[in-house]
Amino acid sequence: GDAEAMEALSLPRAGRRAALSASLPLLQPTTASSGSVWGCIQGVRGAYYIAEGLGPDRAAARSRLYSLNCLDWSLLTPATKEMLALAEQLQGRFQGDPSFEYDLAEVNAEAPVMKEEARLIATIEQIDKEVGIVPRGAFVKTPLGSVHENRHFEGLSLAEAKKLSSYFHFTKPVNLKNKTLLEKADLDPSIDFLDSLEHDIPRGSWSIQLEKGGTVVVLRSLLWLGLTFYHVPMTKQFGYVYFGTGEKNLDLPFML
Amino acid sequence: RGVPGPGRTPGSLRALTPGCAAGRAGAWPPAVRIQPLRCSPPSGTPHQPPPAGPAPWDSQQIRRGSEQPHQDPQQAQDQRESAGQTRVRGQAPGQSQSPAQHLGHPRRAAQAAEQLQVPQLNLSPPVRHRGQGTHGPYQPHEPGYGLDQPEFSPYEDEIPDPKARMLAIQNAKAYLLKTSTKSGLNLYDHLARVITKILDEQPENTADIIENISKDVKWAQFRKKMDTLRDEHLILPTYEAAEKCKALFVKDSGEEEEEIVGPPPLPNVMETAFYFEQAGIGLNKDESYCIFLSLKNLVNVQPILTCRFWGKILGLEMNYIIAETQVREVEDQEGGETGHEREEIYEEGEREMDEGEEEGEEKEKRDEPPKSTYKPPPEIPREENGAGTNKYVYFVCNEPGKPWVKLPPVTPAQIVCARKIKKFFTGRLDAPVVSFPPFPGNEANYLRAQIARISAGTHVSPTGFYQFANEDEEEEEGDAYEENPDFEPPPVAEMLESLAAWAHHVKIILKQGRCVWINPQKSDENAEEEEEEEEEKDEEGEGQQEETGPPLLTLISEDAGIKSIPAWTAQASTNLIPEYCIAILQSNRWPGAYAFASGRKFDNIYFGWGHKYSPENHSPALPPPAQAEYPIGSEITETVDPTVEEEMAFKAAQEEALAGDDEEEGEEDEGDDE
Repeated sequence: GDAEAMEALSLPRAGRRAALSASLPLLQPTTASSGSVWGCIQGVRGAYYIAEGLGPDRAAARSRLYSLNCLDWSLLTPATKEMLALAEQLQGRFQGDPSFEYDLAEVNAEAPVMKEEARLIATIEQIDKEVGIVPRGAFVKTPLGSVHENRHFEGLSLAEAKKLSSYFHFTKPVNLKNKTLLEKADLDPSIDFLDSLEHDIPRGSWSIQLEKGGTVVVLRSLLWLGLTFYHVPMTKQFGYVYFGTGEKNLDLPFML
Repeated sequence: RGVPGPGRTPGSLRALTPGCAAGRAGAWPPAVRIQPLRCSPPSGTPHQPPPAGPAPWDSQQIRRGSEQPHQDPQQAQDQRESAGQTRVRGQAPGQSQSPAQHLGHPRRAAQAAEQLQVPQLNLSPPVRHRGQGTHGPYQPHEPGYGLDQPEFSPYEDEIPDPKARMLAIQNAKAYLLKTSTKSGLNLYDHLARVITKILDEQPENTADIIENISKDVKWAQFRKKMDTLRDEHLILPTYEAAEKCKALFVKDSGEEEEEIVGPPPLPNVMETAFYFEQAGIGLNKDESYCIFLSLKNLVNVQPILTCRFWGKILGLEMNYIIAETQVREVEDQEGGETGHEREEIYEEGEREMDEGEEEGEEKEKRDEPPKSTYKPPPEIPREENGAGTNKYVYFVCNEPGKPWVKLPPVTPAQIVCARKIKKFFTGRLDAPVVSFPPFPGNEANYLRAQIARISAGTHVSPTGFYQFANEDEEEEEGDAYEENPDFEPPPVAEMLESLAAWAHHVKIILKQGRCVWINPQKSDENAEEEEEEEEEKDEEGEGQQEETGPPLLTLISEDAGIKSIPAWTAQASTNLIPEYCIAILQSNRWPGAYAFASGRKFDNIYFGWGHKYSPENHSPALPPPAQAEYPIGSEITETVDPTVEEEMAFKAAQEEALAGDDEEEGEEDEGDDE
């Protein structure tokens, strides 16, 4: 609903949106939770539509599925380290054919080919890791370590919504442990258990805009062009969706 | 506030003494210092007589004590010597803390509130109360067990530091004391009041009706509306934006509808949006409609012949909504005038430069050191308004409702430079473009250059829809074309099958940065009067071949692919209903550029960041080659100094020559020299 309204630039095809809403509930037995649209990676000849199942623990591994026609879904295996390493070395557009094989003979003699499906898995993982974000306070870390939705999250205020420090990377924190005691003192351990966006490298790898006169905050990642995050201040509505080619924007420093 | 005494450990937090609280009160910030007053029980409760003015605590206490009929002995004792009671509690923390001990004593209520937060923060192991069992230290089977274990905290790597803990407590308390913007209450006071009320009234099954009590307390809260010095005046940005947006929907009643001959200039944005939505591209319907209205305003204000919604380019701070228009001749002249004005400015600048050069030349005559002979390559003139890259006039605005800004015409130098750089748009037209090579202009010029490039690359139409106005012009590579009245739309399947069904209807931009080639030297000939230079230029001119590109209405099947990627991808909007399917064409070279065709209807649109796709990463332009130094030749090298022998020989030769003329004199001279 809102994700579509915000990222209006690349909606799934009109019929496919209907198809998605019809087929997503059918994924429940597979993912053991409600499916939601993660986004779409556009290849030259076709596009991968990606859905994910969210469990109660939001920090746990998610089950992801892809589909070429929004009706038949295939489960994606979790990404391995090798896959991630290999996918980083691949450049260029996706083909739109999961069985397409990339020639990696020059890069890696042991595994000379890589299937596009594996690249897809690795790319999704990478995007989620690098630019998957949530507003501050939307999730709480319970004492037992699992991360849950914060029932009492009422949205960021308008002033906070304009700041990058109000948004967190939804992945294991890296910078948090390096913070000084003084910086940590202002943090709330149940909410501030993630890295915020404000120290992302390079500076300015996010575009933050207020649309519709400040009723919606839209964050666009400039590192992964196509990732759009929205949040309606003072409400619980937020989310991100990726509609792009699945290529990292390595030219970013030149473009700023 | 909350600064611990020297010997206090977190464990003894529960045993806060009134003395300690009083001591704290002095140190508290003013807002908190009045807390005892604000903590006084609500005046409307039946058990308490309304306190007559700000009575001191002791008197209030005594009065209440005397008026309350069911006062238990403990309470009386408490009133008699509160200090003693405290001492007792301090000695045996949490032992004799029966509910009856709590009174409507505000100070105690504050204590109670303070105690409330303790288990919540897990800062001290809560003390289990004998005979109660409703709260206390968590047993292993209880859900909250382990809350205070270090491994569940993000601070696990840190030695438990009492200072940090106290800081955490202060932070938590500050949070509780945060005043709500709506009601002016804070949770700290509220909890204090609730507990006061409970202890006063001592209802049955308190846990069950705690919500109601909380509600009652809020109801009973009396708050005086204080006068503020400043006016409460708040204009949200939402309001401003809505006001602008609303202006779009207002119809001018005084506006007289002009009879317009020919097709209306206003495009049917909603219809196009409908088709693009089939393709899964486009804007939100509301936004489309606002753009539609905004374009209507533009058409009303400017003398516009044709207008089209070009697309939307994303920026970092704001986005650009772009309208492609052809303006009526009146405007064209004006535009021309402004163009001329600009040219005049340019010329003036050049003249100034020329004058400077002339001055330099004059100085040179006076044995000045040589001046620089470098002359910048001749500037290629921009195309006239209404032709080539400047065929259309573009208007942009950041949001529908904001005023439209006319973009300046594009120059070849800007296009050539824009090809070498890749920059994000900021959304401010006057922003500088910091790049290498330096971009001649600001963001408005860069935007205009990108629009020209994108238009030239991605504006396509079904083959045969347009035809050349006449045969001659085709040969001359003119960019005049007209609609083909006999155009028979091919079936959608055919549009999808081969890319030959689509053709460009915008001229390709040459390397030079223009659509029509111009010899840069010829245009400059007048300026250069020296014959030698002219000759040189002519030689160069012979070497420089005329650039040509594919003519207008070239099929897109002839577009070069990007390595292994085809330049275009054609797709059907739906596979399920072929009867009403439309053909969608997507550019791979300019991601975000789309075209659709359905029967006689077609359109192009662009939504994106305004960058060209390249499979490789952007590589910045190389620095210009360093100029070669002057070749070492006879003009540079010096001859070797003459040796003594040479000089002697020279003299001898001279003498001989002299001797030939006048022998005697020569001998005398030689004698003199020696």
